[in-house]
Amino acid sequence: MMIDPLSVFILLLGAATPILFAALGELVVERAGVLNLGVEGMMITGALAGFAAAHASGSPALGFIAAAVAGAALSMTFAALTQFLLSNQVATGLALTLFGLGLTAMFGKPYEGMKAPAMMPGPLGLNWMIWLGIALVPVVWWFLSRTRPGLILRAVGENHDAAHGLGYPVRRVRILAIGFGGALAGMGGAYISIATVLQWTEGMTAGAGWIALAIVVFAQWNPWGVLAGAWLFGGVTVLQLRLQAAGVAVPVQLLSMAPYLATIIVLVLISARQKFGRSGGGAAPASLGRPFHALK
Amino acid sequence: MSNVFRAEGLGKTYPGVRANDDVSFAVEAGEIHALLGENGAGKSTLVKMIYGLVRPDEGQMALLGAPYAPHDPRAARAAGVAMVFQHFSLFDAMTVAENVALGMENPPPQPELSRRIADLSQGYGLPLNPARRIAALSAGERQRVEILRCLLQNPRLLIMDEPTSVLTPQEAEILFATLRQLAEAGTAILYISHKLEEIRSHCDRATILRQGKVVGTVDPRAHSARELAAMMVGAEMRLVDRSGRKPAAPVLQVRGLSTAGGEGVALKEVALTLRSGEILGIGGVAGNGQEELLSALSGETPTAPGTIALEGRDLSRAGPEARRRAGLLAAPEDRLGHAAVPEFSLAENTLLTAGARQNLIRRGLIDRKAATDFAQQVIRAFDVRTPGPDTAAGALSGGNLQKFVIGREVLGRPRVLVVNQPTWGVDAGAAAAIRQALLDLAAQGAGLIVISQDLDELLELSDRFCALNQGRLSAPRPTEGLTIEEIGLMLGGAHGMEVAHVPA
Repeated sequence: MMIDPLSVFILLLGAATPILFAALGELVVERAGVLNLGVEGMMITGALAGFAAAHASGSPALGFIAAAVAGAALSMTFAALTQFLLSNQVATGLALTLFGLGLTAMFGKPYEGMKAPAMMPGPLGLNWMIWLGIALVPVVWWFLSRTRPGLILRAVGENHDAAHGLGYPVRRVRILAIGFGGALAGMGGAYISIATVLQWTEGMTAGAGWIALAIVVFAQWNPWGVLAGAWLFGGVTVLQLRLQAAGVAVPVQLLSMAPYLATIIVLVLISARQKFGRSGGGAAPASLGRPFHALK
Repeated sequence: MSNVFRAEGLGKTYPGVRANDDVSFAVEAGEIHALLGENGAGKSTLVKMIYGLVRPDEGQMALLGAPYAPHDPRAARAAGVAMVFQHFSLFDAMTVAENVALGMENPPPQPELSRRIADLSQGYGLPLNPARRIAALSAGERQRVEILRCLLQNPRLLIMDEPTSVLTPQEAEILFATLRQLAEAGTAILYISHKLEEIRSHCDRATILRQGKVVGTVDPRAHSARELAAMMVGAEMRLVDRSGRKPAAPVLQVRGLSTAGGEGVALKEVALTLRSGEILGIGGVAGNGQEELLSALSGETPTAPGTIALEGRDLSRAGPEARRRAGLLAAPEDRLGHAAVPEFSLAENTLLTAGARQNLIRRGLIDRKAATDFAQQVIRAFDVRTPGPDTAAGALSGGNLQKFVIGREVLGRPRVLVVNQPTWGVDAGAAAAIRQALLDLAAQGAGLIVISQDLDELLELSDRFCALNQGRLSAPRPTEGLTIEEIGLMLGGAHGMEVAHVPA
């Protein structure tokens, strides 16, 4: 039984890309103090919209643009509900996921069995979306830690009352962040339909949005941590597929479970370290999930 | 004309409240101008209008002779108005330099900014390391960050909203030295407070607000604290009656009380003896173990056996309910969420602590009528202004809810009552009523521990005084003859601040 590390790494990059996109987007949303649990719903919407656009136009690039628009559009429902009507973010996010899954199941019927156009190849035999995903990590890091808009975004997520007191537009910053998160989640979803599976299947994101949410916590709200988390998850996914193919005497169900199990174990370890370790309080933005309402 | 700021006929109405009504006053260059008023008199609304957070419904403002109508705080800052908030508007997870940058319109690059912060903070004798995170700073240091953030913009008008509430008397002196230095350089300072003594000793003029209206602008040095208070409240202040108390036998013994710190402050070997009929005052700057001491005494935090004894009976391992049955009651600082459930009615809130002592719960079932009657009794005895016992606790104003919470415990006929910040955020009338109720309770033979950050209150109420500093309780001193300076030293002095020397 031989598993070639290099080929595993190349496959890992592909498996990690959808989660990397979605998690980077959610990271920005959460750093602005908003908890959007609708990542899965936005991903599946992006997967269908991207597939449909790519199929109709024959251009995967157009597919990804359509997916970003669709993801951002769906996220605006969440933004309107949570930022203007001050609905509960957890419940609204869950509803968004259910809404996205249901909507795509209905509108996706005609696309079942169709084939996606060929992906655009990039350097080193990896497609451009893999490169874009990796390039986004330093960009997001630089934006958050080195630019003034990034500083304002973090300030809004850290203490929205103080940010408002200093005159920063809390709601506008959050809506923009939610839209960015939606666009990236949509692109991540489209990667699954256009570049991985090459066709549309109902519910095809299979929990990737939830993994992305977990990875943001795993990453302690740091973009480089998101990259590590996405690669770890991608690695376990690829490895278990290889082990299945190699006919290892472990039940297939257990192997399929491995990536999700790995995510849970990592989350438990991080929580334990926060509770008992030296690091003290977590890195979570202090206003995360709290509704903001200013009296004028 | 040296008016830096002038307000003409400012008014603001919120649903059901006339927060400001025809407010006119002026602040001159180089003066420290006090804005004085009770809670709810409209001070906050007024400064929020000046700082662009709230827009006035009517009236005009002028800054440096030009019309001034900021639509947001950034416009206010650009015009030369800076503000230090009562509740710090700081970002805990960020560094000092990042926090300062957020308060500026066009901050220089970080290295340059850090250098300027270091220079300026040395110049004013307020040392600060720009690279440190806010979470690691003390309250006094956090305030320095707020002040420096303002000073870096060379403001013409600096607004300070109750800045000394988190400082020791010595730290407050240093703050006033800094403010005086700024005023002499030509900055106009608007100083909001309800502490009469500090206004009398440090402010040049005082504008007094009552129920949203200006009562007058006076020279605070020419009036006694009592006169100022009368203008603030609109009536003569009732003096509290301290008579009739005779400290007798010890009721509460605390020995070697230590707690693990966890998130807060660890108590270290706290020892005290409380006699019946006595009020023991415990002072300290916020965050020095006040909440931890209250939880240890109330039973929320169990402590080692033999540390807490009520009339000879060891209660160290007993929970809050068992201690209440034994006669050890407590009223925590946080009214909403700790002392009362905001969504519950007042009647339901009586069940939280008075269930057993007032027989409101029998065989596991709630006696709703008894609870309503008891709530009604508290409302009547403590003059709680509310439609009735079915009103939600969260709907009461701070002062009224505090009267209810204190009244609920006082009517429980405690042997020992521990209260933390009994009059925090309460208007002067309600505060006087609460203090009188505490004195009366002691006169009836109960022992009281009053934890407070208001030193005047402690001097007024207590027979003996202890200071709580970083979890350690000092030996008690009789309150008679104790001065504010001596108390300041007991509270830990100036926490490493120096007096301002040269301007930058």
